[in-house]
Amino acid sequence: MANTAHADHAHDHHDHKPHGLKRWLYATNHKDIGTMYLVFACIMFFGGGAMALVIRAELFQPGLQFVDPSFFNSMTTMHALLMIFGGVMPAWTGLANWMVPMQVGAPDMALPRLNNFSFWLLPFAFTLLLGTLFVPGGAPAGGWTLYPPLVLQGGDSFPFTIFAIHLMGISSILGAINVVVTILNMRAPGMGLLQMPLFCWTWLITAYLLIAVMPVLAGAVTMLLTDHFFGTTFFTASGGGDPVMFQHIFWFFGHPEVYILILPAFGVVSEIIPTFSRKPLFGYESMVYATASIAFLSFIVWAHHMFTVGMPLAGQLFFMLSTMLIAIPTGVKVFNWCATMWKGSISFETPMLFALAFLFLFTIGGFSGLMLAIAPADFQYHDTYFVVAHFHYVLVPGAVFSIMAGVYYWLPKWCGRMYNERLGKAHFWLSVIGVNVLFFPQHFLGLAGMPRRIPDYSTQFADWNMVSSIGAFIFGFSQLLFVAAIWNAVRSGEKAPQRPWEGATGLDWELPTPAPYHSWETPPAANILPKPGH
Amino acid sequence: MSTKFRNVLRSLAALTLGTTTSLTAHAGFGDLNMTRGVTEISENIYSLHMTIFWWCVAIAFFVFGWMIWSLVAFRHSQGAKPDTQMTHSTKAEIIWTVIPVVILVIMAVPAARSLIAIEDTSNSELSIKVTGYQWKWQYDYLDEKVSFFSTLDRTSNETRQLQSGKDPRAVENYLLDVDKPLVVPEDTKVRLLLTSQDVIHAWWVPAFGLKKDAIPGTVNEMWFKVKTGKTGVYRGQCVELCGRDHGFMPIVVKVVTKDEFKAFVAAQKSAPPASAPAASGAAPTVASAGAGTPPRG
Repeated sequence: MANTAHADHAHDHHDHKPHGLKRWLYATNHKDIGTMYLVFACIMFFGGGAMALVIRAELFQPGLQFVDPSFFNSMTTMHALLMIFGGVMPAWTGLANWMVPMQVGAPDMALPRLNNFSFWLLPFAFTLLLGTLFVPGGAPAGGWTLYPPLVLQGGDSFPFTIFAIHLMGISSILGAINVVVTILNMRAPGMGLLQMPLFCWTWLITAYLLIAVMPVLAGAVTMLLTDHFFGTTFFTASGGGDPVMFQHIFWFFGHPEVYILILPAFGVVSEIIPTFSRKPLFGYESMVYATASIAFLSFIVWAHHMFTVGMPLAGQLFFMLSTMLIAIPTGVKVFNWCATMWKGSISFETPMLFALAFLFLFTIGGFSGLMLAIAPADFQYHDTYFVVAHFHYVLVPGAVFSIMAGVYYWLPKWCGRMYNERLGKAHFWLSVIGVNVLFFPQHFLGLAGMPRRIPDYSTQFADWNMVSSIGAFIFGFSQLLFVAAIWNAVRSGEKAPQRPWEGATGLDWELPTPAPYHSWETPPAANILPKPGH
Repeated sequence: MSTKFRNVLRSLAALTLGTTTSLTAHAGFGDLNMTRGVTEISENIYSLHMTIFWWCVAIAFFVFGWMIWSLVAFRHSQGAKPDTQMTHSTKAEIIWTVIPVVILVIMAVPAARSLIAIEDTSNSELSIKVTGYQWKWQYDYLDEKVSFFSTLDRTSNETRQLQSGKDPRAVENYLLDVDKPLVVPEDTKVRLLLTSQDVIHAWWVPAFGLKKDAIPGTVNEMWFKVKTGKTGVYRGQCVELCGRDHGFMPIVVKVVTKDEFKAFVAAQKSAPPASAPAASGAAPTVASAGAGTPPRG
């Protein structure tokens, strides 16, 4: 393989790195860039979280107490954009940057300068987006789905939002290309694709999804831009266009996008559950195939987001049935995780606790997803809080919990120090209680008939909204413990051994702790490679 | 402000104490499930919803039971020894692929059947055109030549202003009342033709079971038939984000007997066009529906 020459070359600048600001500005090292991605994502989580708390404070009781309805709409829109494009996606890219080279036995990512560029696009993108909070007319308020004609009514924020989304899209595509090239070309000599840890597999599939659909989003928002400024009428009925066409294009991007957010989570959980069950992952190959089938299905289910737009019967039937099919590979994954724990030897450190919460709560999100797939029932659920509850169950205890699980799991390898287990557990229990108090009542609200994206509601919805808001504040503030746990570990944690978790396997754990600046300067020996289909 | 504060305290007390006495004042905690509604379709959807729900509960019982069993039985702290050879089983993979397929087919059949019934708008007895505006609804009874606008009622509107100082709990049907409700007869297949004059809205009355988008440049169809004896007032809201006052364009439908409906239509025709002032100003005529360019704010 071509990477041996590369690895030899790496000796020339052994641990030689610029210091101060230049280390970060000119960063080409996968660990430095991974750290920047993760720190950036963390800042965005807190920004998006603050917006969520504005929303929940306003919804604490009926009547408008704090914000104007327009600002409320800006908050829901910006919260979503920040959490999806600024929080979860960069966090996954950050984890991929740290872990992919370590797990495939490579010294660094394949395209280090591109890596630098794809990260540094993000601060500019989000400066543009957050800057719209201060322009006349306020931040975008048409929802993150950007449906025309409403989005075309946006004030000065409109072009900023479109440009910001373009930058985020370019950043994601470049990040994805880097992951694909690294995984396909830089695996250790003798390492087959089916020897890779599941995290690399799920990320490889995610990367292909990103490359396939981010250009579609770029196309859709560009058409919005020309509709607004250059007199085209792609989505304007008076000129022969169709607003529903935007929704089709948007969700052709949007549904694979939700798997972009969740597939790497499957990967992380598939690393953590075997480690703390002290038993290899059950059904490794079926996990890979299930992930690939989910990715394939994600391209043919998009219109289940738009059952109410007035599709022909055949269309509704097709999208209902194809959506129900997703339950099958997803079920296979859940069953495999259960079988991994069966006859294991399970211990409950913080990463495992988060992974288990993922397993339980993501499954609940899967159930509500199955209910939403049933088109006639969706006519009742659609655009109510039931949907809000559903996607927050799969995204918060789903994607976000597994990001946290991954951070706790690999932190000792990254910084050479252990986090404080009591702090981690306190963070976990407050989070898991908070998240359920926050989102479970939203199922009730939706079924009782509360529409989403409203700043004020009829008094019959008051009680559960208050409970939900209390949960939001518990959940939001307990995330400060996450920062405290990381800070505490990096500053004054106990020294971590090479393999801090008894059951951890894989090349990432064969490296010394903390991992050297250039991961695998010489390729790993054949005898430490993971066994095929382990 | 003080009444508001008292309300907060009262609700917090209800939460922390969980006493039944406090809860009776707030029926909201008991509001947990979808309405059965008053049409055949809505009852059908309700039973579909409950069927899927119980399937999910059954699957959850099995899956969560399996998880919890593993977590209890195979604890490292209790000296559990891992069976590291247990890594694959084609038989198990086939079983847990085939069983879900069977369950999905069982679910899909009634779902498809009810979808077909929902989409059958033929043989309607009354056609009403529903036009969404930012932020009100217009109703046109096409054959009866009756047309009017329906907007949020004044008391709710005053109370919902930012820091109005008014207590929403003191307003009956807060945010769910309008100046002029849609009136329809019971036991009649009513076909709605939905469109919009500006942005996308969506029309939904939970008791009728269905919602559908009102889209500029498009006419969507939807129907409902309220069962005999179910006269009364039914409330709903716009359910597609449509701008600043999206939360403030409720839908109220008054279901009356067929005779009362005839009287209603006659009264509307004899009365001077009372809806004209409400429709004045920026509101364009119905004829140009879908032809407007979106305003640029």
